This record gives sequence, C-alpha cells and structure tokens, in this order.
Amino acid sequence: MTFLGWLTIFLFVGLLTAFAIPFGSYLAAVYTGERTILDPVLRVPERLLYRILRVDPNNGQNWKQYAKSLILFSLFGWLLLYFILRTQTLWNFTGLNPMHFHSAPWNVTFNTTSSFMTNTNWQYYGGETTMSYFSQMAGLTVQNWLSAGVGIVVAVALVRGIVSRGGSSIGNFYQDMIRTILYVLAPLAIVYAILLVFQGSIQNFSGYLTAHTITGLTQQLGMGPVASQEAIKMLGTNGGGFFNTNSAHPFENPTGFTNFLEMLSVLIIPAALVFMYGKMAGNRRQGYAIYATMMVMFLGAVSVAYIAEAHGSPAQHAAGLHTAVIHGSTGGNMEGKEQRFGIAGSALFDTVTTVTSCGAVNSAIESFTGIGGAVPFANLSASEVIFGGVGTGLYSILLYVLLAVFIGGLMVGRTPEYLGKKIEAREIKLVSLGILITPLAALFCTALATASKAGRASIDTAVAHGPQGFSETFYAYLSQANNNGSAFAGYTGFIQPNAGNLGSHGITFADLLGGFDMVFARYAPILFALAVAGALVGKRISPAGLGTMRTDNPTFVVLLIGVIILVGALTFFPALLLGPIVQGLTPHLY
Amino acid sequence: MRKDIITSAIGIVVLTVLLGIIYPLFITGVSQVAFPGNANGQKVYVDGRLVGSKIIGQNFADIVYKNGKPEMSDGNPVTTPDPHYFQTRPSGTDPADNDAATEFANYGPNSVVTKAALVANIQAYIALNGKYYPGGLTAAKIPVDAADTSASGVDPEISIANADIQAYRIAAIRHLSLATVDGLISKYTLGRGLGFSGEPGVDVLEINLALNRLSPSTR
Repeated sequence: MTFLGWLTIFLFVGLLTAFAIPFGSYLAAVYTGERTILDPVLRVPERLLYRILRVDPNNGQNWKQYAKSLILFSLFGWLLLYFILRTQTLWNFTGLNPMHFHSAPWNVTFNTTSSFMTNTNWQYYGGETTMSYFSQMAGLTVQNWLSAGVGIVVAVALVRGIVSRGGSSIGNFYQDMIRTILYVLAPLAIVYAILLVFQGSIQNFSGYLTAHTITGLTQQLGMGPVASQEAIKMLGTNGGGFFNTNSAHPFENPTGFTNFLEMLSVLIIPAALVFMYGKMAGNRRQGYAIYATMMVMFLGAVSVAYIAEAHGSPAQHAAGLHTAVIHGSTGGNMEGKEQRFGIAGSALFDTVTTVTSCGAVNSAIESFTGIGGAVPFANLSASEVIFGGVGTGLYSILLYVLLAVFIGGLMVGRTPEYLGKKIEAREIKLVSLGILITPLAALFCTALATASKAGRASIDTAVAHGPQGFSETFYAYLSQANNNGSAFAGYTGFIQPNAGNLGSHGITFADLLGGFDMVFARYAPILFALAVAGALVGKRISPAGLGTMRTDNPTFVVLLIGVIILVGALTFFPALLLGPIVQGLTPHLY
Repeated sequence: MRKDIITSAIGIVVLTVLLGIIYPLFITGVSQVAFPGNANGQKVYVDGRLVGSKIIGQNFADIVYKNGKPEMSDGNPVTTPDPHYFQTRPSGTDPADNDAATEFANYGPNSVVTKAALVANIQAYIALNGKYYPGGLTAAKIPVDAADTSASGVDPEISIANADIQAYRIAAIRHLSLATVDGLISKYTLGRGLGFSGEPGVDVLEINLALNRLSPSTR
C-alpha cells in the first residue's frame, strides 16, 4: 500500500460528494419541472420529441399505466436490438462493418440482447471479434442510454410515490424518459466522450489496422467509435466494453486520469439521485442519511479490496515473488492488472463498478486475491444498494429503508411510518418480495448450473480448479441477477474459434439461463418498486410527533446498514463460503 | 393501449436514430477535427511504415527460423524475445499480444496453473536479463509486473523497476552507457494522472524507437 493509493481513494470520495450535491439539486429541478439552466437549449427538442412520440406530458400515469408503458418500451427495444444483432451483415451497406463480421448465433444474441436491455451488459462475446460498428452504435449504444433511463425513471417514480401529497399519478413514463436523456445523460455524455478522446480514446470508423513491428512481426489494431460508447457505458452504469478486455483496454481507458474520470462518472448519477431524493422529500437530511449508509459500506469495501490486493496472492508467493512495495514498483497482486492504474486504481475501480450495476472492469476480477475477489461478491450480495445502478440503487435502497422502518417500528412498538406515511401490510409484502427476488434468481440459477452437466460445460477448466470453478459459476449468475455484468471471465457461453463468428456456437444452457436470470431479476423488482409507489402515493401524510421514529439520524443509518448486511449475509453466506472465502482463507493451491 | 404501443414503437426508432447514429457521428466529427491523432489511435510510423500504436503494447520478439522457414505452433510463428529491446509485460492475449482480439488470462489467486505460469515467466525473465544484472537475478528481485500478466494483454507500459533491470541488458548489448539508457527511461516515463491517479510507467514502444534512433545498426 502507498500513501498515494489511499490519497486517490479519499480524494475520489471527496470529489464525488462535492459534485453530487449540486447535481442532485439539478436533478430535483429536472424531475419536478422547475426551470434549469439548460432549458433555453433543450426546451425546443424536448417539445419536438413529445410531438413526434405523441406524448402529453401533462397526462400523469398511475403505477399500472406507468409500468405498462415501461414494459412496452423495453419490449420494443429488445426486439429492435435482437433484429439488428441478428442481421449484422444486412447493414454492411452503411460501411460500418469493415471487418465483415457475421452475426453471433441466436442463443448468444438472446443473452446479449437481454443483457443490454436490462442494464446488465453481461458479455459472452468479445466486441472486437463479434460486433460490427453498426451493431455497437445503433444497437448496443442505444440500449446503454435507454436501460439507464429506465432505471432512473423508476427511482424517480418511487420517490414521487413516497413524497406525494395525494392523487394517484407517479409521473409520465415517456416524459421522464425524454427528460432523462436530454437533461441528464446527453450533456454529460457529450462532454465526457470528447474528454476521453482528448486523453487518447479512439473514435473513428476505419477498418482494423495492420502494423509491421520493428522486430518484423505483424500486429492488428482494433479500431472503431469507442469513446462515444465508453462515455454512456460508464455514465449509465452499463459496463459493456467495446473491446473484450473492457476498461483495461488502452483505447477505452488510456490514462490514470481517464481511470479516475471513469470511476467518478459511474457514481455521479447514483450519488446525485440520493441528494435529489432529500431535496424532493423536503428534508435534505433524509438524503444525507442514505448517502452516509452507502458511503460507510463503500469505504469498507474499497479498503478491504485495496489491502488484500496490495498484499499479493498465494500463487505469487509460491512462485517466489516478493510483493512488497519497492523503488519503482507498487508490488502487490499485479496479475490481471494494468501498470498505468496500479493496485489502488484497480481495486477502487472494480469496487466502484461492482457496488453499482456497472460491471465494467479495468482488471481481471478472476485474478483478484480470494479476499479481494470476495469484495465484488459481497457488493453483489448486498443487492446493489451501495449506490447501485443509476436509479436501481436508489429504488432498491428505498425498499430497504421501508423494511428498516418496519423492523424499527416493531422494535419500539409503534405503527411504522416513513415521512409521515403509514407503512402497512400491503407495502411490506411488496417490499419483501422486491428485496428477495434478486437473491432468489441468483441462487436458483447457480444451483441449477452447478448441479447440471450442461451448466458445468461453461467452466473454464484450463484455469479454474477446485473452488474457483464454483466461484466462476456463482459469480456469473449473481452478476446477471444483479444486472451488474462484471465476470469471473473464464465462465463462457460462447465458443468462438475465429474472429467474425464463422464456425462459432453458443452454449444454449448458459445463454438462456443467464438471459432469463437478467430479465426476471430486472423487471420483477421494478414492478414491485412501482407497486410500492402506487401503494404509497395516495396516502395521507400525518405530522411527525414526539414518538415518531426518525429516519435522518445516525441511529437509523446503523439500523439500515444492519438490515442490509443481515439480509445479504443470511441469503448468501453459505454460497460465499464455498467459493471466494475458501480461496481467501487458505494458502493452498488448487 | 394502442396509443401506448405506437408511442413505444416510434420512440425506440426515433431514439435509435438520435442516440445510435447522430450521437456517435457527432462525437466522431468533433474528435476527428479537434484530436485527429488520438481519435485514430496514436499511430506510430517509422520511414512511412506503421509500426504500432503509442498506447498499445506489442511483442518485441523475433521469429524463430528452422531450416530456413519460420517454425510454427498452432498456426502462429514461434518467437523469442529480442534482447536489443525492452520487453513488455507477459500477456494472456493469444497469439502473443499482436492480435486485435484482447483477452484476460484469468489466472486465479490460488491456482497451480497460475504458479506454473509465474514460474515460467520468472525463468524467462532471468534467462534474458540475469547475466547482465549485477549480482544476478532471483525471483525475489523481480518486480511483480514483469511476471504477472497484464489485464488487457496489450499493456503499453512497464514499471520503472522493471525497466531499470532491463536497462543493464540493453546497455551491454547495444554498447551504450547505463546512464544513457537510464536517461531514456526517465524521458519516456509517463507520470500519474493529475499527479496522483495510477502509477508511473515506461512506454515500451516509444523507448525502443528512441533506442533505434540512438544506435540504429545493432543487428
């Protein structure tokens, strides 16, 4: 460990908070219809889009209508993306398939389409050997925007349900979607993409280059419109890399500066949404309490990851390497890590992208030490409430807040109330289902894949022996259920002997199981969150009294952390023991 | 319901055009005007020939000839590290690190496979550099980045400690003073982002090109 390593971590936290607070106020203005500084520029395109889409922004929807629009919109998005990916060569006339890649097989495409629609971006394929530029842009990039938008609008709808004073409207889905894209994502993505190119990311449509190296070898260089996709991939907590090695690839993440920027860009919207919530609730301390809860858990996770990775791995020590800091080298577990990011920049990055549903990686998670690799596991086991995906994080932790209020209310013997609204049997049933559905999907799929021969076919037996094979499998379905998309990358559902998909085939079991895992664990919690919004929206707000349990003080933060850890630990501990914890506690090699 | 379907369907098409075509084209246009070098991959040319990208690592190795023909293994030529050049980090990308397809090696922390790979990398590093390094090299003296595979497989940089060890070999083989080589190392070390983010590293392609400019007739 180094001083600069810890400094990076703490500067990151400080800068994130400093940017997120004002941005949260901006978001509140966007979603309550107040004037924003971008109104003069964006009012015209906004109205134009309403007219083209035949949306009446004054037409508020109840939760069922809102959910119906959301599902229809997602369904059409799925169909168009599947069509584009399966007809890849049909679009060659655009000139955006210079390497003449064929389509991936139907089962891999089913998985990929479900993956990008659900903000997961789990990838069984490698971008530079599978996807044309057209598929990357018009297919995958589009869902990078839209799936992020869907997450955000659900969070906004739930917040409206909690803070509203009567009526049944939780907003208009299409209006929320359009405002999210125009006012929130677009301005950030445009500036950010250009910053990435300024630092060295590529953005072109040329075919792959062939270099003749100074020692007489040849080298092929993948090209493409990378920066535009990279920007929205990080901002929307999507995480699907243009290249197979994701944000480790120098064209996606060229410098230490971009590494820092990419980490900030992942957390900025999830963090700002929490402050937005405080503002919309009329009590900023409600937002601070949730932010504190998230930050405590985040700092714990990143510290453990950094310490573990700086210590080095049993395999390194067995090979005789010294992993202490020496002059000119940080030491530590550099297996699967890039020199320009170092240990701290890798541990922080992978913590940031696994607490959120981003899932981008700048280092190989499978090569993390047992304890370092247990951190992504633990982050996923906490069901993405530590900041979480854009929107997903806020609506998921609000479900936990309601659960904590209920448990707290039982402990003090009063009817549970949150922001003056009574939490009754119906809400708690919906909340419990919303919380439990993701772990259920993850564990069910893991069990099925571990117990069946078809599932074990996906394990990379060349490197994954003993508990690592289980870790690979468990991580795959946990990551897909949480819509994260990061991977112990040895686990595969796609056999691709040649670049360009000729002669390739998918592993149907893993492709379909993963695809359903993602869709189910995305849309079921969304429906429960919207149903909770619907149940709360019309409730009367009773004034706070002396006996009201406060939800904006440190006591509540501790209670909330306790509930999150308890649910996560009770659900996942047995499975975690079999994989990463065994690997972390033993110096034994398998 | 019918109105909802129409709005959703039109919405997806309109947003696909807006976000999937206009947005990337706009970013490409701005990038190609403002930062054409970066946007096209920081290509490096020597005598008009493309030799690589400044920010993509490559293999500085020679093809092994057997009976006048390149020796092949799995359809790829067998290579051996060229001792005249600084060597990049081990790579999980196959073949070597010179294909457009990048991949992680995915070596686990407790795996015998990992240990075997590390031992092989350490032995190769010692075989290449050991006899030039004062006092000889052991596994314990080797910086971790010289034995561990990188993430992208095309890591363009090596640690300063790694470069410092290889400098003895380069100086001896190219008949340069150690101070000259060390000077190049300082010159081609890329610093931390914003002064604190990440780690410094030596850009291997750039320093090798500089070596060739300094003593071109080494082979």
